Amino acid sequence: MRMPLSWLAEVTDLPPGARGADVAAGLVSVGLEEEDLHGGDLTGPLVVGRVLDFTPEPQKNGKTIRWCTVDVGQNGQMLTEGKHQEIVCGAHNFEVGDLVVVVLPGAVLPGNFAIAARKTYGHVSNGMICAEDEIGLGHDHEGIIVLERLLGAEKAATLQPGDDAIALLGLAEETVETNVTPDRGYCFSVRGLAREYWHSQGSPAGGYRDPADVATPQANDSGHPIRLDDDTPLDGNVGCDRFVARVVRGIDPTRPSPAWMQKRLTQMGMRPISLAVDVTNYVMLAVGQPLHAYDLAKLDGPIVVRRARAGEALTTLDDVERTLSPEDLLITDSGERPLAIAGVMGGSSSEVDDSTTDVLIEAAHFDPTTVARSSRRHRLVTEASKRFERGVDPQVTAAAAQLAVDLLVEHGGGTADPGVTDVDHTTQRTAYLLDVTEPSRIVGVDYPRERVLSILRDLGCAVAESGEGTDDAHVLVTPPSWRPDLVDAPDYAEEVARIDGYNNIPSITPTPSEGRGLTHGQKARRIVADALAGAGFTEVLSYPFVAAELADQLGFAPDDDRRQAVRVANPLSEERPLLRTMVLSSLVDVLRRNLARGHKDVAISEIGLVFRPGGPLGKAPIPSVASRPDDATLEQLYAAVPDQPRRAAVVASGQIEQAGWWGPGRAADWSDMVAAVQSVAAALAVPVVVANDPDHAPWHPGRCARITLADGTLVGHAGELHPKALAALDLPPRTVAAEFDVDVLTAASEEPVQAREFSSFPPALTDVALLVRSEVAAGEVEAALRRGAGESLESIVLFDVYEGERVEAGHRSLAYRLTFRALDRTLTTDEVNDFRDAAVAAAARATGAVQR
Amino acid sequence: MSGPNTNYDPVEVAALDPAQIDAAVEQALAAAAAAGSLEELKAVRTAHQGEKSALALANREIGALPPSAKAEAGKRVGQARGRVAQAFAARQAELEVERDERILVEERVDVTVPALRRRPGARHPIELTAQRLVDAFVGMGWEVAEGPELESEWLNFDALNLGPDHPARQMQDTFFLDPVDSGLVLRTQTSPVQIRTMLEQEPPIYVVAPGKVFRTDDLDATHTPVFHQIECLAIDKGLTMAHLRGALDAFVRIMFGEETRTRVRANYFPFTEPSMETDFLCFACHGAETWGTPEQCRTCGGSGWIELGGSGMVNRKVLRTCGIDPDIYSGFAFGLGIERALMLRHGVQGMHDMVEGDLRFSQQFGMGA
Repeated sequence: MRMPLSWLAEVTDLPPGARGADVAAGLVSVGLEEEDLHGGDLTGPLVVGRVLDFTPEPQKNGKTIRWCTVDVGQNGQMLTEGKHQEIVCGAHNFEVGDLVVVVLPGAVLPGNFAIAARKTYGHVSNGMICAEDEIGLGHDHEGIIVLERLLGAEKAATLQPGDDAIALLGLAEETVETNVTPDRGYCFSVRGLAREYWHSQGSPAGGYRDPADVATPQANDSGHPIRLDDDTPLDGNVGCDRFVARVVRGIDPTRPSPAWMQKRLTQMGMRPISLAVDVTNYVMLAVGQPLHAYDLAKLDGPIVVRRARAGEALTTLDDVERTLSPEDLLITDSGERPLAIAGVMGGSSSEVDDSTTDVLIEAAHFDPTTVARSSRRHRLVTEASKRFERGVDPQVTAAAAQLAVDLLVEHGGGTADPGVTDVDHTTQRTAYLLDVTEPSRIVGVDYPRERVLSILRDLGCAVAESGEGTDDAHVLVTPPSWRPDLVDAPDYAEEVARIDGYNNIPSITPTPSEGRGLTHGQKARRIVADALAGAGFTEVLSYPFVAAELADQLGFAPDDDRRQAVRVANPLSEERPLLRTMVLSSLVDVLRRNLARGHKDVAISEIGLVFRPGGPLGKAPIPSVASRPDDATLEQLYAAVPDQPRRAAVVASGQIEQAGWWGPGRAADWSDMVAAVQSVAAALAVPVVVANDPDHAPWHPGRCARITLADGTLVGHAGELHPKALAALDLPPRTVAAEFDVDVLTAASEEPVQAREFSSFPPALTDVALLVRSEVAAGEVEAALRRGAGESLESIVLFDVYEGERVEAGHRSLAYRLTFRALDRTLTTDEVNDFRDAAVAAAARATGAVQR
Repeated sequence: MSGPNTNYDPVEVAALDPAQIDAAVEQALAAAAAAGSLEELKAVRTAHQGEKSALALANREIGALPPSAKAEAGKRVGQARGRVAQAFAARQAELEVERDERILVEERVDVTVPALRRRPGARHPIELTAQRLVDAFVGMGWEVAEGPELESEWLNFDALNLGPDHPARQMQDTFFLDPVDSGLVLRTQTSPVQIRTMLEQEPPIYVVAPGKVFRTDDLDATHTPVFHQIECLAIDKGLTMAHLRGALDAFVRIMFGEETRTRVRANYFPFTEPSMETDFLCFACHGAETWGTPEQCRTCGGSGWIELGGSGMVNRKVLRTCGIDPDIYSGFAFGLGIERALMLRHGVQGMHDMVEGDLRFSQQFGMGA
């Protein structure tokens, strides 16, 4: 919401010499964020120009500039050299003959940007054709300002080249732009913003002149008939609880709105259109009440406000035919023909046009929810809907209508009808019994009773110190009609803190009594992440959005439950509508990006959630927020949220050990991936078991390890990716990867490690070579050796694997070194031999191994 | 030891002649001194100290001497052998030192050649920044709460006083899921974690909730559809806005140094009332107002202050929805974007580096920045 300082000064007193920045700072101090400052910080010459001619000139940098000749009246080169202004312009949104805004050498634009004739693109450019943002008029930099478009053809027709554009566009005056939060609907008006500025100055008595403080006539029966006929209120709230209608006849349709009004509208970021429309906009900006002007000649009967019927349609002022919903509230002619979507936009059938002489002004109060839903449903955010959604003062209606009537009479030469319609179903706000010590308790500042009461009165509240329930600590507070947001003690506490000054709030560090630190799971996750980084992986974060084709590319079987992915209804890219069911699914994108950037050797990791609905999404309940939902409902709510296990994935391509002066490097292979998972498990002190897994996409069937806990719980998979998957994903051959479940490792590491006793006697080492069939897994042989060797076995190391001509075909030799040690004695050679033989016997039974 | 006289050889008795013994000693000392290496020393040692050496032979003759001569000859030969042994030992030590020194010189390498054969890994700085913030709060006695990223609409919006028609609900560009009436969304904020905590725990509650959130913004220099927030929630008896401000002050000091402080003003958020907006003193220019000057501060844009984020006292409606009696307990909540904290603290220029996963980005930060 913008507010020119000149308008502000009409409503409240500005300190002498106050600048836009001072006003903005005042508003910030009462909680209204500054959005921008416009105007006031430029000096001319800034003039109206007419484009006489231009030559497009393509440049080496790919741009095409226009070498323009512009008529700027008796200014610039016409004055000094007797010719029209020559200017280089980069924009393309104008034609020969258009009126534009030209800044001439000697001028200074906002940001202390001094303009001089300068050489550019092979010409001397004598100034610049301006865009909105360059002169502080707006934020647009899409092209230059074309005055026919900015001000309308009619207004533009009155302009001459050389006219002062500073005065024309109100740029000499500073305009403050403020961001209005959803609870402060009343600040979408000069009335509200000026009131807040007045508060920021200490609310001096008599320092605020309410622009809505005008005399309004009594309603009577001779006005245009209005019927409020809402048979299906939303959530018990009728769509319209007040409707004021006033009629002005005999307006001269050729009369434009006065120049001062047009300038203000331009300063406020609106476009002047016609007297009737400008007046309704001007009054809305002044007091916050959206108004609508109907051409009375286009109405046949009474105005009836009702909900739309199924199948009804309305062509709105923006020339879009809109199919209406039974929730839309309509303004209709005689209850039949729709005239407007209430509080959102009028229809073109009753639009004021250049032959309109009799106008009906609507000033109504609509239900915020009804307007919000219509605005959302029709994707139509208007000045009116913005205000109604946030709450409009239901008591400003008649004054707003009166202000509009007065302006139409004064500037349009019309006559106000004596008939005044005011259908008023609004109810009086009930008083709130406020504990005056409550603001102190909420804010933490000791506010004396009198301070609290005076702030509330300044805000416009009616404060009664006598009446039911009042005592030393309690008063009855009735908030002003423009503050629907003031409901209970915290609301009043915020007002007291805000007006007293938030920076008076002291700083007290809260001291929780007992913190238990990070949970095991939170610590474990850090250990996993650190272990992976320690193992040489660089942590990255990828977006979890994946393509639907990915499941096929990864080679998931038709019944693989990783195909059950959640679909985003409004994805950023239609090509990636699904949420990942593996971290690897999106991590491969990061690998590909790194390779594309010329990194040849890449080893990356990510820990994150995956989304495993296991089927179509269920439906989560939306219980009432009035109190805590019952446990059964909460169970339902939690259960409807799909399973989101935390997984870690690593992927590597290229060399994991680099080539260097020491010799060649070593390419990352399947074993590095198994080692990565094992090193994470070791960091968490969780024993894991590795087995061959010939059937787990997207891994190579002959190079995939299935990693489980000792009890068989799946931890994850590691190895080389399937060649087909790599080809489909456009990744280099032999790319390797692992993915494992962090939650499983976390749970498995929950119990404290129980320390084993160690022997201090000398170890006994013995080697054994076993011949096994090639398909027998080394892991199984080792497990059998361990079982057979007994508890004196300290360690077992596979130190050689041989397959070739020296062993029987279809077999391989596995050489193990067993280390034995007893807790209580030095083992004898005979004992060690017995243990070894028992180990070999166990391996023979389990795997058919034969000692060589 | 030789036996008495049994293999007496008169010729060899000359070996006990003092002159000869002296000569043998001199020869031995000269040989030891002349040995240029441990190998040469070992070779000459046998000739002068071995069983066949002159002094060894002389020693053997002592037993054959009459008792009256034994003492003197024994003393003479003993001293001679001692001198030789000492000389050889000394030379041995000398040569060993020389050898050791030579070996150390010979074994010299150039330690400036590259030593890392495996590139070290690194953590992502967003994770590290979250950890840093979490640790600071955990150190003050807070705990960490977490929740799912795909969340129920009720927890993400309704329970936070953001009803279906609330204007602020439209401002958060939500990723909806198929089917759209599932009542599930990708969470737009970490606040549903607060609701889950309040629904399930009895006060006092002091939790910090870091996590990933989602909004339908295209990636550009200041936006990313997937980003990270950290949010703090405290519910206890007697908490006021002064405690909120205290927590915020602690927060900015941890993140941006002891020199900084906060400035606060009113704002509006549906889940808090009263609500507060916080700025903190720019840690780079320490609040110098440099706007529009050539020295305009790049960190704060010249205003001297940096916006931290929204906060406030938890709305009573929200407390009631979570089954907490607002007449007994009060509380506050605040949050901020981790990407923004990272950009400020480490001078990261835009979002792209944080989300694209280029190895070079994370590697700058090692295991903890």
